[in-house]
Amino acid sequence: MAETTYKTPLLDELEKGAWPSFVKEIKMAAKRSPMANDLLGQLEQSYQEKIGHWKHGGIVGVMGYGGGVIGRYSDLSEKYPGVSHFHTMRINQPAGWFYTSEALRSLCDVWERHGSGLTNMHGSTGDIVFLGTRTEELEPIFEELAKLDFDIGGSGSDLRTPSCCNGMARCEWACYDTMQACYQLTQDFQDELHRPAFPYKFKFKFSGCPNDCVASIARSDMSFIGTWRDDIQMDQSEVKKYVDGGLDIQKDVIDRCPGKCMEWNGKELSIENSFCVKCMHCINVMPKALRPGKDRGCTILIGSKAPIVEGAQLSSVLVPFMKLEPPYTEIKDLIERIWDVWCEEGKNRERVGEFIQRVGLGNFLEAIEVEPVPEMVAHPRENPYVFYEEYYEDDDGEEEEEA
Amino acid sequence: MAKTVEEIADAMFNMVKEAQGQKKLKPMDLTKAMLEIFGDEVDKKLCKAAIKQLVDSGRCVYTYFGGSFLELPHREGAAND
Ligand code: SF4
Ligand code: SF4
Repeated sequence: MAETTYKTPLLDELEKGAWPSFVKEIKMAAKRSPMANDLLGQLEQSYQEKIGHWKHGGIVGVMGYGGGVIGRYSDLSEKYPGVSHFHTMRINQPAGWFYTSEALRSLCDVWERHGSGLTNMHGSTGDIVFLGTRTEELEPIFEELAKLDFDIGGSGSDLRTPSCCNGMARCEWACYDTMQACYQLTQDFQDELHRPAFPYKFKFKFSGCPNDCVASIARSDMSFIGTWRDDIQMDQSEVKKYVDGGLDIQKDVIDRCPGKCMEWNGKELSIENSFCVKCMHCINVMPKALRPGKDRGCTILIGSKAPIVEGAQLSSVLVPFMKLEPPYTEIKDLIERIWDVWCEEGKNRERVGEFIQRVGLGNFLEAIEVEPVPEMVAHPRENPYVFYEEYYEDDDGEEEEEA
Repeated sequence: MAKTVEEIADAMFNMVKEAQGQKKLKPMDLTKAMLEIFGDEVDKKLCKAAIKQLVDSGRCVYTYFGGSFLELPHREGAAND
């Protein structure tokens, strides 16, 4: 039972309104957890003073691992002893975030025994986030998690916990098995996940189709986005039903097609598939009438990141189409070539996207042994970074000079 | 003659020990140094195994200060009792 009851007028403001409130949750946890209670006290003080009171701990972790624990200490530990240590643990979530209720209860039990009981389901990396524990509790938590078949996730300069949309498990648009790809690559790159050896963090995210529900194009160094390379499947009778049902097909579908490749003649819809950019818009509007094609795989993009050292960046195309299927040999080879080059030449805290910008995409492609293709160019003449050597006679100049 | 994991782990440990308190070394710094010192007698795989041994045995620990480093185990300044 909590000993001190803190007055929290500023935090109380955050309980108002229609939305769930983390303050309400912390208050509930505070009834059982002195740690959560002192968190309320410290947080209120921080809000009043407009000063954070956390110190960063850079050394806490579990034996053998270099990631998964983010150290935090309070600089007001005498006043709020419950949060003197308040380390965060990242726990590798199951692919697609599927749990049995038993698994969830077991995780929460572990956390109530050894930590504040507060969780974040899920953090922006995708992990289960356990908020607030003491250094001496880290190993016992790790042991208990292992017994439940859970492992710690990534943090620091390592492969961050890969995450995926729930793809084929629930979604008819999945163009490859995101959950299997995510699970398999997580298993195969355990060393990279737990033993930081990169210049900086590296994230994989797997989306089953261009709707990109895990926002991989913005939030992962390497984005795997499902796509197709044949024609969109179409059921004309269902298209007609949408139109008869009141859909303004011209305004809401055809005029909004970024490929400008659709036509409606009043009876039939036609698509010039060679101009389709696979944006999913028409399919999202008329899901009963249109479906992705049958020849499915994924587009691999590289380089997105949030602003840290430099500004935010979206991923750009690296491989326009690849079948992403077990045993994933081709993709694992490509990933390892990328890591080799980046680890060798990358600067400390330089994300792979920044590295590519620094060395130039042409040089990067050459180093990872990938041929440049037109799909890598976002807009003609806007990013002419590919050097087509076959159009450039290297020897010509030398011969002239010698002559 | 190819070096053993133990020999590389020892050489890396000495580098970390000498740098402690002065310069933080990343695992890749150690790997590059080993490749430079021992040339063909080592490769990246061996260096990876040596780092694993150093950490699993507790002789070195990973630390995070903006990036991940390898250091000798120590009590950090920020730590509370
Ligand atoms: S990204 Fe596509 S396949 Fe995955 S859940 Fe979203 S709509 Fe479905
Ligand atoms: S997927 Fe997008 S680009 Fe392709 S036809 Fe539909 S709306 Fe047009």
